[in-house]
Amino acid sequence: MCTTIAATCEFRTITIGDDMPERNDDAYWKANIRLVLSLLAVWFIVSFGAGILFVEVLDNIRMGGFKFGFWMAQQGSIFVFIVLIFVYINRMDKLDERYRRSGSDREDSTQ
Amino acid sequence: MSVQFWTFLFVILTFGLYIGIAIWSRVRSTQDFYVAGKHVPPIANGMATAADWMSAASFISMAGLISFLGRDGAFYLMGWTGGYVLLALLLAPYLRKFGKYTVPDFIGDRYYSQTARLTAVFCAIVISFVYVCGQMQGAGIVFSRFLEVDIVYGVMIGMAIVFFYAVLGGMKGITYTQVAQYCVLIFAFMVPAIFISILMTGQAIPQIGFGSQLTEAFGGGYLLDRLDGLSEQLGFPAYTEGQRSMQDMFFITAALMIGTAGLPHVIIRFFTVPGVREARKSAGYALIFIAILYTTAPAVAAFARTNLINTVDNVEYSAMPEWFNKWEATGLITFEDRNGDGLIQYTGNAATNELDVNRDIMVLANPEIAELPNWVVALVAAGGLAAALSTAAGLLLVISSAVSHDLLKRAYMPEITEKEELLFARMSIFMAVLVAGYFGINPPAYVAQVVAFAFGLAAASFFPAIVMGIFQRRMNRHGAVAGMIAGFGFTALYIIYFRFVNPAVDNAENWLFGISPEGIGSLGALLNLLVAWTVCRFTPEPPAEVQALVAEIRRPEVD
Repeated sequence: MCTTIAATCEFRTITIGDDMPERNDDAYWKANIRLVLSLLAVWFIVSFGAGILFVEVLDNIRMGGFKFGFWMAQQGSIFVFIVLIFVYINRMDKLDERYRRSGSDREDSTQ
Repeated sequence: MSVQFWTFLFVILTFGLYIGIAIWSRVRSTQDFYVAGKHVPPIANGMATAADWMSAASFISMAGLISFLGRDGAFYLMGWTGGYVLLALLLAPYLRKFGKYTVPDFIGDRYYSQTARLTAVFCAIVISFVYVCGQMQGAGIVFSRFLEVDIVYGVMIGMAIVFFYAVLGGMKGITYTQVAQYCVLIFAFMVPAIFISILMTGQAIPQIGFGSQLTEAFGGGYLLDRLDGLSEQLGFPAYTEGQRSMQDMFFITAALMIGTAGLPHVIIRFFTVPGVREARKSAGYALIFIAILYTTAPAVAAFARTNLINTVDNVEYSAMPEWFNKWEATGLITFEDRNGDGLIQYTGNAATNELDVNRDIMVLANPEIAELPNWVVALVAAGGLAAALSTAAGLLLVISSAVSHDLLKRAYMPEITEKEELLFARMSIFMAVLVAGYFGINPPAYVAQVVAFAFGLAAASFFPAIVMGIFQRRMNRHGAVAGMIAGFGFTALYIIYFRFVNPAVDNAENWLFGISPEGIGSLGALLNLLVAWTVCRFTPEPPAEVQALVAEIRRPEVD
């Protein structure tokens, strides 16, 4: 939700250095936002969705000794959280790699 | 050999280890003191974050709480782990890219304002103090219960140990002791869990035992079905059914998630790694290390509940095992033979129930209930201490850096040298340890309730301010400060009203939208966002150099 507000509020860009890296930065940032939003959608569905809102419905499904809704609420969602962070790590490493190569002639002032 | 012998042995061994690490990791620069020189490898940072985060409450109380809450206990499980997804995706990499020492550093620089910095310092100190008092108290309880040391001496021993390694080694000392403490606490949590799982279900992995069939000795059938049956028989609600309203569950879970991502002692751990990539990675490792305990806890909760019911219900009081009398002596188990038949009736009906079991003792008493060997029982004490001390140290560092770095160096005494700043940092840890120790020994009556405070306040103040600082370039100081004050103020007033001013009306009928004070932080966070956004629209945009800072934070890192 925070990111939707960010997207609508961002009507200004400022230019640093030449034009090329600026457009590059925009593309990098957009790809980043898309990734984060889709991962957060899954995060919401497994925890708030399966673990809270639809837990009763999912409880009709049995998985061995577990009712599925109960399992999602107490264990399953945690496993999904781990997967989400590692997907993020992996994708961001690739994104960083791609965009660093194409626009890397400035120094990093924070280091 | 007795439990007490083993406990002394484990406590002395682990404390010796912590002191050894402290001496090895002495520091001389502020960079080492605040952020361990930014040299911590991601796996080590993951373990340190896990120990930093998992407090005495996670280790001692959580499984016990879940065993009495049943399915509703899920808000702790999802809330305290789901926050790491927010942390990894929305905060950690960007704050590391920003690359300073503290959370108020970021707020102050991003919102180009001393007011914003001081608001953040105030929030960080309040949140951390609330938390640290509970840790000191937890350490005191473990000492007094297992070593039969007076609680005052227990707290003082804990204070002395934390003081030693925090003052000598700052963040560096804290980080590497936390790595050791993680190993101690996870071993201490898992060993009894594995033993009990094998005993009850024949499964060595508790996460699987949770959904398996009980052995013949325990009556066969799936554990959870059996537990549902037993609970209903005794007049309790079925274990796998929920009791709380859906919207309350929703908001409490959200508040715990957002609060987790906004806690300053967790956030600063991500300043200690060499770069952005490592910050992302260590968030992933941290969640794995945390999940080992957090996926075991609900299994332990179900095992403990089943075991307790089997042991006590309709059994003669005189036939109770030793642990029962031992905990009874501490007042944490109480039995009153109302119908005078000499048997214990444990029921969900307040009129006929004869047994009251304190939720906090389930993890501590579990190994004894399951008749595990003495050394396993003693391990739990060492684990509880590791959990309490590791969290306390992380919190004390937040308090110290907020005073010496944000308050003195960045706001009121910018002319001090690095050496003087380091001295001030050590002095403020010293003061913070003393204050925390005082509250550990003389706990305010409402410690447990105040913990909800810390999460709610972190959720309503820091999280929205930081997220908007990164994702909304247009956000200015007027918006951020107004948002933080609105969110913090609303959440604080709501909790204070229902918990301290007028506890008589603290029920679902009077709550705003049916949200309990534990969950109100998520509404506070929403309010923060709305206020900040509205104010931002009618006030000037931030100066160019601040917008450049935001652009820089978003750029991929250059090696």
